Amino acid sequence: MTDPSPQLIRQPQIADPDGFYDELIASQRDLSEEQADLLLAKLVLILANHIGNRQVLRQALELARSNTLEGRS
Amino acid sequence: MLNTYSYPEFAYRASPEQAGGQSAPHPVVIIGGGPVGLTLALDCAWRGLPVVVLDDNNTVSVGSRAVCYAKRTLEIWDRLGLGQSLAERGIQWQVGKVFFGQTQAYQFNLLTEAHHKMPAMINLQQYYLEEELVQACQANPRVDLRWKHKVTALRQREDAVWLTVETPDGSFDLQALWAVAADGANSDTRRLLGASFGGQVFQDRFLIADVVMKAAFPTERWFWFDPPFHRHQSVLLHKQCDNIWRIDFQLGRDADPEEEKKPEKVIPRLRAMLGEVPFELEWVSVYQFACRRADQFRHGRVLLIGDAAHQVSPFGARGANSGVQDADNLAWKLALVIQGQASPDLLQSYHEERAFAADDNLRNSTRSTDFISPKSRASLRLRNAVLELARTEAFARPLVNSGRLSTPTPYTASPLNTADTEVFAGAMRPGAPCADAPVMVGGQSRWLLELLRGGFVLLSFGAGAQEVRVGDLSTQVLEVGRDLSDGQGELTRRYDGQAGTVYLLRPDQHVAARWRRFDAAAAEAALRRALALH
Repeated sequence: MTDPSPQLIRQPQIADPDGFYDELIASQRDLSEEQADLLLAKLVLILANHIGNRQVLRQALELARSNTLEGRS
Repeated sequence: MLNTYSYPEFAYRASPEQAGGQSAPHPVVIIGGGPVGLTLALDCAWRGLPVVVLDDNNTVSVGSRAVCYAKRTLEIWDRLGLGQSLAERGIQWQVGKVFFGQTQAYQFNLLTEAHHKMPAMINLQQYYLEEELVQACQANPRVDLRWKHKVTALRQREDAVWLTVETPDGSFDLQALWAVAADGANSDTRRLLGASFGGQVFQDRFLIADVVMKAAFPTERWFWFDPPFHRHQSVLLHKQCDNIWRIDFQLGRDADPEEEKKPEKVIPRLRAMLGEVPFELEWVSVYQFACRRADQFRHGRVLLIGDAAHQVSPFGARGANSGVQDADNLAWKLALVIQGQASPDLLQSYHEERAFAADDNLRNSTRSTDFISPKSRASLRLRNAVLELARTEAFARPLVNSGRLSTPTPYTASPLNTADTEVFAGAMRPGAPCADAPVMVGGQSRWLLELLRGGFVLLSFGAGAQEVRVGDLSTQVLEVGRDLSDGQGELTRRYDGQAGTVYLLRPDQHVAARWRRFDAAAAEAALRRALALH
């Protein structure tokens, strides 16, 4: 069933967070800085397509942007 | 100058009114004899208006400029009697390929739908197009085409416009009820009006090289991102007539245009791309582009049209195509206003509808530009990520943007539309350009658009619709089953034409209103609305 107005999930829902983070880091192993950046860009696109819902994607983009602008230097 | 084409020279002729003055204002004076001004002239003449066209030059467009003409544009020219010959003269193509580095990232096919009279897209050099338009204008007794006439001043009063025109015989004043500025992106008329023209100028420079070669490339649009023969930039290859290939090289922001135009610089670039294929250089120029539009397309009795009203990047072939669609929108409105069947308020809808379309074109062409020419390292990285994914991943292919090719903008927000009160399937909502469809008339195969001959039409699926009138303007009734039949079912499918359905179609082949059952009062109200009488 598709939710007509889904919201970005902001509560933790990844099982075994340390294991996931390990895999995330490992995906960049032996890559140059440039390749690692490209990998992250591709990951964004792959996941964005998987989510598909424009409202959720917009909320995710806004969160990433505001969190970056407000982040401590 | 070119090897494969010699430019015609059209004779300057002095008109009697240069010396003797005018007895009455001209109904319409069009400033600029390019594709847009000439199309407008033909359309006005087709609707019974005498028109004067002033052009400051005496030949057709010089060099390599507009190339691609889309189906809707060809349909407009077909209404004016030129569609068939242009479609035959042009190069028809459907397949586009996008390469990233050495490999193909993506391929598209333009024509997804059969059963249209006009092809999806043709490529034709602008000078050939203008030649045909000039010939048609010269053969038309209502079109008065004047070469070497340059407008140098403009004054407006409530009832007329005065243009000061410079000719080889000196200056004279010309009076018009309505003047149309079709004099291009650097429009002098727009400057004389003091009209704003705001937007974004892009820093990237592009090289156009037209080459003559007998190459084995298929007739397809090929676009490269970061190819091995032109690293970190894009290249576009398009076929035109006479074995001429148009090649656009992105040069970046720091390129020196004078240096880049030199054959000793251009030929090695082409050699790297084309390998051992023998070629001759036909034309070279370097350009920059901008995306901008005038705030208002109507300034009193002067209307801006084509590039004079809006300027887009070349990606998507939206310049000439949208200009011809401006002409299509304006001609019937000018005709009805001048012939006293509508008030000048109707002309405000020209601004509303075509500025809406211009914004759509600007949005599309700006997005293509941002993809082709990313402005930061981060956006370049995202762009390259899309292109690399597109090689194997279907989901990434719709994100690849090497130009979204021109399609007509439906006037969904137009004040001339009557909103639907019933449910319809398909694309023919109020404001949409009419889809063509094969039909039968008196045992002969015809096309729907051939039957929409310039007035308001009630297209009735089965019996029901009756002619309606507003003032001395009346609608024609076209009844499916009586005046035409739907041989292949496409007409009924495209218009969701259940029995009893009636469409009110505008003189420019756009939908104004539709109902599931004819009601004379509703049809009359919709006609009044489509004439801006409310």
